[in-house]
Amino acid sequence: MPSTIAILGNPNVGKTSIFNALTGLNQSTANYAGVTIDRKFGRVNCDGATGTLVDLPGAYSLAARSPDELIVADVLLGQRADEDRIDGMLIIVDASNLERNLYFVSQLLEMEIPAVVALNMIDVAKRRGIKVDADKLSEALGLPVVPVCGNTAKGIDTLKLRFAKLLRGEVPAAEVKFRYPGPETRAIGELEAELAQHRDKIGRDVPRIEAVRLLVDEGGETELRVTKLLDGGFPTRLKAIREHAINDGVPAAVQEANARYGWAHSVIDACVTRPPKRIRTRSEKIDDVVTHRIWGTLIFAAVMLFIFQSIYAWAVPAMDLIDGVVGMSAEWAAAYLPEGMLQSLVVDGLIAGVGSVVIFLPQILLLSLFIAILEDCGYMARAAFLLDRLLSWCGLSGQSFIPMLTSFACAIPGLLATRTIQNRRDRLVTMLVAPLMSCSARLPVYIIMIAAFVPARPILGGLLGTQAVTLFCMYLLGVVVAAPVAWILKKTLLRGPQPPFLLEMPSYKTPRAATVFIKVYREGREFLVRAGTLIFAVTIVVWALAYFPHPESVLEKYEGLRTAAANEIADTAALDERIAEIDNLEAGELLRGSVLGRIGHVVEPVFRPLGWDWRIATAAIASFPAREIIVATLGTLFNLGADEDEESPGLRETLRNATWPDGTPLFTLPVALSIMVFFALCAQCGATLMVMKRETKQWRWPIIAFTYMTTLAYIGAFLAYQIGTAVLS
Amino acid sequence: MSAITSTVMTLADLQPGDFGTVERIMCLGPVQQRLLELGMSPGVDLEVIRTAPLGDPMEVYVRGFHLTLRRNEARCVILK
Repeated sequence: MPSTIAILGNPNVGKTSIFNALTGLNQSTANYAGVTIDRKFGRVNCDGATGTLVDLPGAYSLAARSPDELIVADVLLGQRADEDRIDGMLIIVDASNLERNLYFVSQLLEMEIPAVVALNMIDVAKRRGIKVDADKLSEALGLPVVPVCGNTAKGIDTLKLRFAKLLRGEVPAAEVKFRYPGPETRAIGELEAELAQHRDKIGRDVPRIEAVRLLVDEGGETELRVTKLLDGGFPTRLKAIREHAINDGVPAAVQEANARYGWAHSVIDACVTRPPKRIRTRSEKIDDVVTHRIWGTLIFAAVMLFIFQSIYAWAVPAMDLIDGVVGMSAEWAAAYLPEGMLQSLVVDGLIAGVGSVVIFLPQILLLSLFIAILEDCGYMARAAFLLDRLLSWCGLSGQSFIPMLTSFACAIPGLLATRTIQNRRDRLVTMLVAPLMSCSARLPVYIIMIAAFVPARPILGGLLGTQAVTLFCMYLLGVVVAAPVAWILKKTLLRGPQPPFLLEMPSYKTPRAATVFIKVYREGREFLVRAGTLIFAVTIVVWALAYFPHPESVLEKYEGLRTAAANEIADTAALDERIAEIDNLEAGELLRGSVLGRIGHVVEPVFRPLGWDWRIATAAIASFPAREIIVATLGTLFNLGADEDEESPGLRETLRNATWPDGTPLFTLPVALSIMVFFALCAQCGATLMVMKRETKQWRWPIIAFTYMTTLAYIGAFLAYQIGTAVLS
Repeated sequence: MSAITSTVMTLADLQPGDFGTVERIMCLGPVQQRLLELGMSPGVDLEVIRTAPLGDPMEVYVRGFHLTLRRNEARCVILK
């Protein structure tokens, strides 16, 4: 019979390394419906026994304050349709910090199902002079206890043997070791009777553990869920039962904590020897520097600069390589496929679409690598500690900083980095504002507009130039807009009680290569598979809009011109030049006549207040799947050929010479500013929106992000153009 | 400053290096429960390790581990 075992423990107890040690690369992820966390599971084969190991998020308690936190209890109690019934538990505890770990263990024992305890981090405990007697602990818990050291794999073989027994059903069930005080026990009984009466409305039996959570967690997730199902009188009755649980003026929550920690203390007394005086740990000595007022801030700045620089610059060779391979495949396909719709679909649609996704892979892998290392060694908590005050001004916490900074390179890894944020509302707000940071794909737009239309003048006696300052302002714009947007989101859409910022500062440890590798590998694979398929579809749609109707008459006209040129011009180089010119004119006319080009004409009045003509509007619309498309599209639209990049002087000159039908210059400084502001604020990145959907499991959030960013972009561009024009005239 | 805050000692009043013993958690609801679950239950000893460069949050050593919390939450922890 196949067994499903859940792996459980507090955060930072080394759950991941033990999960990896037991499953290897044999792991997958899926979705839990309705929550932001992934369902991570792996196939295990230990000593001939097979089964599934489900990795549940680290928790300090079964008390749930958000749908995400409810997952642990729900899976354990067999109340999720998307998860098999749990047959047993592998509980990981930290030997160096056993007392707090036992609080959660005392709740898990109440599941009364078979369990094995892995006593992890025995090496760290030893360094601190803490000795845990595993046999006595096993006796106190009534469960098998295996001392292990997840980082060096010491004890893992013994754990595997025990785990095999758990899989085979040869481990006895855990027993409740802890009794609630009298009044609370009676109140639980009352509540159970009340719930049994309304069994038909709830639709199932409510297990005792859930009844306890309903009683103790005032305003918690269990209460919200049950109250929704029952009649309006239930909250009053619940309140009355809660009154009964009060013992000597002490509410149930305090009683629970006192009783569980009391039990934990008695277990500690029986099996742990601690040094009389606390030994100052290595971590504390490191933190004297790393979280120091001055040194800590400098180290943080250096770490961020290093990461930023690496994503920004070091990913470039790999990205160029991918770009080259994509370009070669496009050429190859163009050479082998007959000219026509199929060739265009493969070259401009399929290959360009895949290329636009794969190009982000080096950045994602590099960033995943840094995040995995920083997380695994314990630095993330320090960064949040250092930065918390700054971000609390716009209603967020220190944990939002790294995702925001990362988004300056690319919003996609930025969104992935929000996974370290515990509070769901904070995480959503961070995801919604992260795409406002100027990512590297905006740089080409800034460069071409600034180089062509911002006059280079020295500022501050030549220390700075107008062009550099303009570029800096574009980067600043995202931050300046993000702060009030986050603040407003926290006050409106994602309003709720300010979550307590209670973060454990884990001990530093050497990152484990296997843990880091598996994380990076998973990020890369998931990005390619999930975001890839979706952005790919969007790219095909835009390709189709830009291709059809593709009238024969236009093709024949230009074919005639090419034949004529071949007859007239003898010189090969001159002929090639003329043919290229004709090709560009043809591409331009086809795009003008395409559905996309017509849309551009139709919407031109909408973009007129921004100072844009139909060509700029078309280019901006075509850039919604990926903003860097604008450079190539502008090239095509202004009849220069699609192979333009931001460095090319040709495009710069053409843009400078472009005019309105009446002959006045199209691009002026206010128009250039309006385009830049639009691109700075607009959600023109299909991949980002798809990843946002994937991470939040809801379409709602990418739609909200898209709507508010596009609105802000329009308003911003409008203001830039109108104010700019007013000031200059 | 109200009379209560001036007569009752809370965790937020401690400086790095100071020790204290928890008497009770004043605030109710999730903050109280979270603090309790993380070991800030009545009678436990704690030590303030440091405060962040901008003065908030603070780092506390309690029940064998390091916990960071904002002054806002630290004000809920009444000391003996």
